[in-house]
Amino acid sequence: MSADFGRHLLALNEIGVDGIKEILSMTDRFVEINERPIPKVPALRGKTVCTMFFEDSTRTKLSFEAAAKRLSADTMSMSVSSSSVKKGESVRDTIETIQAMGIDAFVVRHKSSGVPWQIANWVDDHVSILNGGDGWHSHPTQGLLDSYTLCQARDGEAGENPSLDGVHVGLIGDIKHSRVARSDVEAFTALGAKVTLIGPPTLMPPSVVGWSMDGSTVDISHDLDSLLPELDVVALLRIQRERMGQALIPSIGEYVETFGLNRNRMSLVRPDAIITHPGPMNRGVEVSVDVLDGHPGTVVLRQVTNGVAVRMAVLFLLLGSGVVS
Amino acid sequence: MSRTEEATGIDRLANPGDSRVLIVNGDIVDPNDRRRADIAVSGGLVVEVGENLDTEGAEHVIDAAGCVVSTGFVDLRTCVGEPGDEQIETVESAGRGAVLGGFTTVLAMPSTTPTIDNASSVRDMLRLAERSLCRIRPVGAVTKGRNGNELAEMAEMAGLGVTMFCDDEVTIADSGVLRRAMEYAGGIGATLAQHCVDPSLAAGAIMHEGEWSSRLGMQGSPAAAEEIAIVRDLTLARLTGTSLHIQHVSTAGGVEAIRRAKADGLEVTCHVAPYHFTSTDADCASFDPSFRVEPPLRSAADVAAVKAGLADGTIDAIASDHTPRAPEDKEAPFDQAPPGMLGLETTLALAVTELDMSIEQIVEKLSWRPAQIARLGDVHSGVVAAGRVADLVVIDVDHEWTISGAAMASNSRNCPYDGRTVKGRVRHTLVGGKLVVADQQVVG
Repeated sequence: MSADFGRHLLALNEIGVDGIKEILSMTDRFVEINERPIPKVPALRGKTVCTMFFEDSTRTKLSFEAAAKRLSADTMSMSVSSSSVKKGESVRDTIETIQAMGIDAFVVRHKSSGVPWQIANWVDDHVSILNGGDGWHSHPTQGLLDSYTLCQARDGEAGENPSLDGVHVGLIGDIKHSRVARSDVEAFTALGAKVTLIGPPTLMPPSVVGWSMDGSTVDISHDLDSLLPELDVVALLRIQRERMGQALIPSIGEYVETFGLNRNRMSLVRPDAIITHPGPMNRGVEVSVDVLDGHPGTVVLRQVTNGVAVRMAVLFLLLGSGVVS
Repeated sequence: MSRTEEATGIDRLANPGDSRVLIVNGDIVDPNDRRRADIAVSGGLVVEVGENLDTEGAEHVIDAAGCVVSTGFVDLRTCVGEPGDEQIETVESAGRGAVLGGFTTVLAMPSTTPTIDNASSVRDMLRLAERSLCRIRPVGAVTKGRNGNELAEMAEMAGLGVTMFCDDEVTIADSGVLRRAMEYAGGIGATLAQHCVDPSLAAGAIMHEGEWSSRLGMQGSPAAAEEIAIVRDLTLARLTGTSLHIQHVSTAGGVEAIRRAKADGLEVTCHVAPYHFTSTDADCASFDPSFRVEPPLRSAADVAAVKAGLADGTIDAIASDHTPRAPEDKEAPFDQAPPGMLGLETTLALAVTELDMSIEQIVEKLSWRPAQIARLGDVHSGVVAAGRVADLVVIDVDHEWTISGAAMASNSRNCPYDGRTVKGRVRHTLVGGKLVVADQQVVG
C-alpha cells in the first residue's frame, strides 16, 4: 500500500489521484479473483462490515455486501424501512448502538449531503466509514467503478498506471442533483480524461469550479447532437421524474426529444464509443428501449460486475492487512 | 423626572442597583470623544464623571485601567427561546449570556410560541423579562402569527413600549401587505424591520448558491434572493416614507443597494451578524450544522463587501443574531438542521478580531447606533454623563481568549467557533447601576 488513505473513503478528492490509481490497480486482482470457480479469499476474515442505508438502494447495498463476503468478512445490514430510525432515533444514536456490537466498517448512504462526514467524527478510532452515496454530493465507489470500466474497455485492465488520457467523456442528464456526476468527474479527470457535462441549463449546477481533480476545465454543453460524434464515452445519468414537479424541465417528452438517447440519435454515436449508465435505467426517458442492447460498446452490466471488484479493493485497502492470498 | 433620568415602564428592572459603584482609570468612549475619567454610579444612574473621584463608601471599585468603558450594547436581534422553547434558552440564560457579552439591552424576536403579536403576549414577555439580568425589549410581530397576511395590533403593542416590529426570519412576501404594514408602523412612530429574502428564489435552500453549494451538492440561495428583496423593500420605504431596518444584510449587492438608498436620503438602516464577516460558504464543507444560518454564509467577496459597508457607515450596527438550537439539532444532517448559531457572548470578540476597525467604531455599532435604530436613543444615548442610566460595560480590548461552547451561559451549544482564539472581552457589566458581570463572571 503506497497512498495514504487514512481510515475512510468519503470522497475521491480526499484520497487524491494516487489513491484513485492505487484502488484501480488493485481492482485488477479482484476482477481476476471474481473469475475463479470459487471467488472468495480470506483477506478480511474476522472483520465485520455493516451497511447502513438510510436511503433505499438495491445495487450498491448488494454490491458492497457481495464484496465484503468474497473477502470473507462478516456482514450486517440495516435499512430504514425496518429500522429504529423510523421510530425517531437519531443517526448518531443508531450508529453508536450498532458500533457497540463490534463493527470494523460502516457503509453509509443518506439522502442528506455530508452525513458520512458527520458519522466519521462520531465513530471510534478504529472504525472505517465508506460513503455509499450522500445527497447530491458524492458517491466515490461509483466514480471508481465507472472509471475502472472505462480503463478496462480501452486497455483490458487498469494496469499499474491507469489512465484515460485523450478520452472525451460526455456526462448526460441531471448533473445538478447527481452525486454520481460529481464523483465521476473527479475520477475521470484524475485519470486525465476530458469531461463535458451535457443537459438543459436547469439541471446544471450553478458552478463547476473545483470539480476536476487535475485542474482542467469541465465544459458544459446544452447541445447533445453536435457533441455526440466527438464523444469517446457516452455516460448517461438517470432522470428523476420528480424534477418535473419542480418546473426544471417542461416534460419528459421534451427531455427525450432533446437529450434522450433514442434510435435517431444513436446514428450520431460513434460505433466504437462506450456507453455507460449507473442504473437504475428509465428506459424510454434517458435511453430508448433496445438502443443500448444493439451497441457493442454498451458496458452497463460490466459496470455492475466491476462494482463488486472495486468495492473489494476499497475494503481490502482500508481494512486488510496487505495480503490478498 | 424626564425619561433620560429614569428608565421608564418597559425598561424597569426587578432589582435596580442602589449601591455606589466606582469605575476608575478607564478610557471612556462615547459619541463625543474618548477620555480618561472615573465614573461614579448610584441609584441606577451615573452620578458623576471626573478625575480622581472619591472611592469612599463605594461598594465596588472597578479598576478599568487599560480598558475601554462605554454604554452597554444593544442587540437588535436576539432569539430568546422563551416562551415555548425553554429547553434551548430561557430569559434567564439569555440574560446571562447577554451581559457576559456586554449587551445590557436585547431586542427579543417575536418568533416564540406563542408569537408576540398582541398586547397580552407583550405583557407576558415583559413579566418574563423581569427574571433577566439584562433589559429585554420585545419586538412585536408585524403580522398575526407572522403569517404575512393580516396586520398585528401594532398600536396596542406600541402603547406598552414596543418600538420595533418584525416578523423575524419570515419575509413578508406580499408587497401589498408590506406596504400597509410600513404605513401603519410609520403612523405610530415605530421602526419596521425586515428579513430580506425572496422566498421563491430561496425555496429549499440550505446554503449560499455558488461554487461551494455546487461542490457540496446542496440547494443554494442566490445572492439575488436577498438583493431583490432589499430593493423591493427600499422601494416601498420610499413610497411610504417609513423608516426601515434591514436585518442581517449579507450580500455585496444588498450592501450596495442600501448605500445608494442612503445617498438618496432614504431613512433606512441595517445591521450585520458577526458570522457574515467571520465565515464564508466554504465553511459549510465541514458539514457542521452550526454553520447553517439564515441568511446563509456567503462568498469571500460578499464578506469583503460587508466589511467595507461597516467601515464606510453603510452598515449601521452589528447584532448578535443569537439563535439557540437544541443539542440534537447540532447533530442533525446539515440540510435538516434548523438555521442559526449562538452569538451573544462572541459578538464583540469576533468584531474586534475580524474587523479592521477601531474600538470606538465597533462600540458605536454595538451600542448607541442600534439604540437609535430601536428608538431607545433618549434613554440610551451612548453618552456617559451624570444623570444617565448606568448601563455600562468595561471592555478589555486586547484580552485573548478561546471560545468554548460548553462554557457559554446558553442552554444550547450551537457555536461553530468552539476552540477559536479571539481578542476582546467584556470584563465588567453594569445594568441599571447594578454590577452583573465582574471579572468575566456573572454575579447578579
